[in-house]
Amino acid sequence: MASLIVFLVVLAVVAGILAFLLRVPAVAAWFARLRGLDRRWIFVAVWVLVMIPLLFPLKLPIAPTARAVEYYEEIEKLKPGDIVLLSADYDPASGPELGPMLRSSLTQLCRHKVKIVGDCLWPGGPPLLEQGFNQVARDQFHYQYGVDYVNLGFKEGREAVILAMGNSIPGTFASDFRGTPVTQLPLMNKVTNLSSVKLLVNISAGYPGTKEWVQQASRRFNLKIISGCTAVSAPEYYAYLQSNQLLGLLGGMAGAAEYEKMTGITGSATKGMDAQSSVHLLIMLCILMGNLAHWAARRQGER
Amino acid sequence: MQRQVPLLLTAAIGLVMLLYFFVPNPIISGPGHFFEDAVIIVVAFAIVLGAANLLQFNGEIIVRRGKDWPYKAVLLLSMFAMIGIGLVEGEHYLDPETKFSWMYNTFYASMQATMFALLAFYIASAAFRAFRIRNVEAALLAIAALFVMIGRVPIGLAISKNWPNGVQLPQISDWIMENPQNSAKRAILMGAALGVMSTGLRIIMGIEGSFSRGEGR
Repeated sequence: MASLIVFLVVLAVVAGILAFLLRVPAVAAWFARLRGLDRRWIFVAVWVLVMIPLLFPLKLPIAPTARAVEYYEEIEKLKPGDIVLLSADYDPASGPELGPMLRSSLTQLCRHKVKIVGDCLWPGGPPLLEQGFNQVARDQFHYQYGVDYVNLGFKEGREAVILAMGNSIPGTFASDFRGTPVTQLPLMNKVTNLSSVKLLVNISAGYPGTKEWVQQASRRFNLKIISGCTAVSAPEYYAYLQSNQLLGLLGGMAGAAEYEKMTGITGSATKGMDAQSSVHLLIMLCILMGNLAHWAARRQGER
Repeated sequence: MQRQVPLLLTAAIGLVMLLYFFVPNPIISGPGHFFEDAVIIVVAFAIVLGAANLLQFNGEIIVRRGKDWPYKAVLLLSMFAMIGIGLVEGEHYLDPETKFSWMYNTFYASMQATMFALLAFYIASAAFRAFRIRNVEAALLAIAALFVMIGRVPIGLAISKNWPNGVQLPQISDWIMENPQNSAKRAILMGAALGVMSTGLRIIMGIEGSFSRGEGR
């Protein structure tokens, strides 16, 4: 309680000092001149505030949120041999945010000896999914391709692909991403349609992604869905969380870092959180300074 | 006839797909499955159409040395290089040691990541230049944004970890996301869903025919 009071007092004092300073003409003029600040200074500040924490980590504390815990617990409920669909609906642009989620999810799935069927609704996704499978399932857990995991690759059609998978997954993906007929893959003999998978782990960067999986497959095929998504798309999915159509959510790099903490991995998301903290502070400072400059200019009648 | 046939086809297929969602009877689900597969095939053809359009549009500009033609030449060369190498390397083109994988990781992945990373710089710049608190609504938005931004990163927890339970910055951030944010988002979602439903019904009933007349082009 004491620290909250101290924080509020400091905040009030800073606000008071700023309000007072804005009444001093010289200070107000300085703030007003900030409006013409060359944006390249802001770019330099962003670069410095990203680089310093990456080179000298601050090791700030990370605490999992309730939604991240739900995501983790849904995978914990799986039993060895259960079949999970892992849909990697993203491309390299979102790799820094979603790549850690994919690797951590694969780690937790492999620890439970779960069979994994991978697919992509984004054309740039299959190599990222394959890299994840190779790094985690094949190299760390010695999973065997075709028996323990399968990469079905990309299929164009968006929502139509989801609906078709609800009818028949082998019918929708006649061959895997290497061109091997799925009838030759032992794991695919156990997979019929979306109703035959225990859980969908969706790593989603936007459209098509989590929203489409929920709308097309959640209730219709009784599909349990958890999602790891970009920070910018996370707010859209809270409605589905509250209606239990989505059972867990990792939002952006922060969600990935929380999940890494729960799975005991120190990955790139955890390392990136210090940099994200410092840049968030910079953006807050930018909002504050930009408005102070605006108010100061208005006070001086400079509109 | 030119107008009636597309409208009739759209109405019939739309009705089948609508019923297919609710009725598990094979009389409906049979055609439903067929149309699902048909969509996937038609969309796959659209990729070829897109590539042809890209070639035609950029090819013309390159031939007449139009604006930014060198960039367009690089675009087409890159497209043909990726397609060509993928075809030469065959079905194992995505294996780690292939040239296609090397190009994917070295060029495609790096350039996409770079473009996305640039957002951080522009967001910071926009926060300084564009986020103006001019009225009460903007002030509320700014306050909510500040709480969410600080609450979603570890520094928020570090600052407030000794505060009373319930008013720590991550908890305030979560409350904003789960309640006011979610309420507004749900309202937008429901509004959009109603719009989609009404547009769908208009198309099925033949009231909305602009798609068959090519309006908007």
